[in-house]
Amino acid sequence: MSSSDSGSDEAMTDAQQQKGFVSALEMPDVPSQKLQPHLELRRTRVLCNADAPDNTDTIQYSGAYASMGVDNSLRLDQFANNFRVEVKRLTEDEMEFDMVGIDPAIANAFRRILLAELPTMAIEKVLIANNTSVIQDEVLSHRLGLIPIKVDPRLFDYLSENDKPSEKNTIVFKLHVKCGKKGPRMTVTSDELKWLPSGSELLKASEDSNSSSRAETYTSFTCSQDSLPEFSSNPITVYPDIIVAKLGPGQEIELEAHAVKGVGKTHAKWSPVATCWYRMLPEVVLTQQIEGKTAEVLKKKCPVGVFDIEDLGDGRTRATVAKPRACTLCRECIRDGEEWEKRISLRRVKDHFIFTIESTGALPPEVLFTEAVKILEDKCERVISDLS
Amino acid sequence: MDPPPEPVSYVCGDCGMENTLKPGDVIQCRECGYRILYKKRTRRIIQYEAR
Repeated sequence: MSSSDSGSDEAMTDAQQQKGFVSALEMPDVPSQKLQPHLELRRTRVLCNADAPDNTDTIQYSGAYASMGVDNSLRLDQFANNFRVEVKRLTEDEMEFDMVGIDPAIANAFRRILLAELPTMAIEKVLIANNTSVIQDEVLSHRLGLIPIKVDPRLFDYLSENDKPSEKNTIVFKLHVKCGKKGPRMTVTSDELKWLPSGSELLKASEDSNSSSRAETYTSFTCSQDSLPEFSSNPITVYPDIIVAKLGPGQEIELEAHAVKGVGKTHAKWSPVATCWYRMLPEVVLTQQIEGKTAEVLKKKCPVGVFDIEDLGDGRTRATVAKPRACTLCRECIRDGEEWEKRISLRRVKDHFIFTIESTGALPPEVLFTEAVKILEDKCERVISDLS
Repeated sequence: MDPPPEPVSYVCGDCGMENTLKPGDVIQCRECGYRILYKKRTRRIIQYEAR
């Protein structure tokens, strides 16, 4: 009911009360602004039944509950008041946080942007001068491409087709390892990749051999990268301890690797996250009091220890839900017959997302998420400007 | 007339020793007598895409 009508309604009820009528809207069994509990449950929870999840869709339509006098429209101030983010765990390369009061479509948009649209730097061109190891050039290049590079991609530009590789868009690494003629086999790890701040050191073979004016390398840097303020104090490194190849006695690898900026949808090597996922908050409700032996059985059933036993005094015990967040919804607790399904209700909260980001090391996870939000913002602005 | 053929160096498949052979030489390592010799890889730079 819109607010403009309320004035006339009050006038009506006053008039009706004078005549001795009671308005239907004032009867106690008529819901006013709150949805009936069974409908509220269907609106906000996914029911995880023994056979299949039920009621998985979200109700978008603003007038879905209009017949009950409940407004289902999404309002900006309402969203701003209810939306919250709680960081649960934050380390150098991993983060878990709760995002509450948001539509699954938007939570999923963040996940997809993190996986596929946030740029990082990754090795794209490999110039092999020598490789006598057993690993083929192609396979070696592919392995090098997947090594995460610890550098802020925001400091670099994309290398487009007509660009020359310069200090603005390319990072050059050198790998030169040789295993001794006599001695054990050698393991080449990613630490052996050495950053070349002044660009490529390999000379391009010139087409006409007589023009020895100046030797051209594979990059055209105008200045050394370590003279730039952002890299002078922190040299660019790669993720250490990744095995790249193994060398037998006398074998050698000599190559140069050129890293450029890209996004995960082009190739997964540019994805800034190892994985990024969300799950909806599990909710475990005991619909009946579970006491004594049955409570013991229930506690044993759960592989992740969701349930605990509470002492009621006078020798009675009952089961409680101690750690619902740990629930993986394996449904082990409701598997043994219908009586268990009646005792326990497993649900998921539709608008509560437990979001986990595992960074590969280029940027810390909390920065990755704020960058993802910025990308979604840009996309929205583009849609708005297209429409207007 | 063709210029006299240059000696080419090969790598022994067993001990890794470098051998220079001329046409007509016996294909055998001077160090260990192994009879499989490999041609050396080109020094030219080969470019790959890391995908």
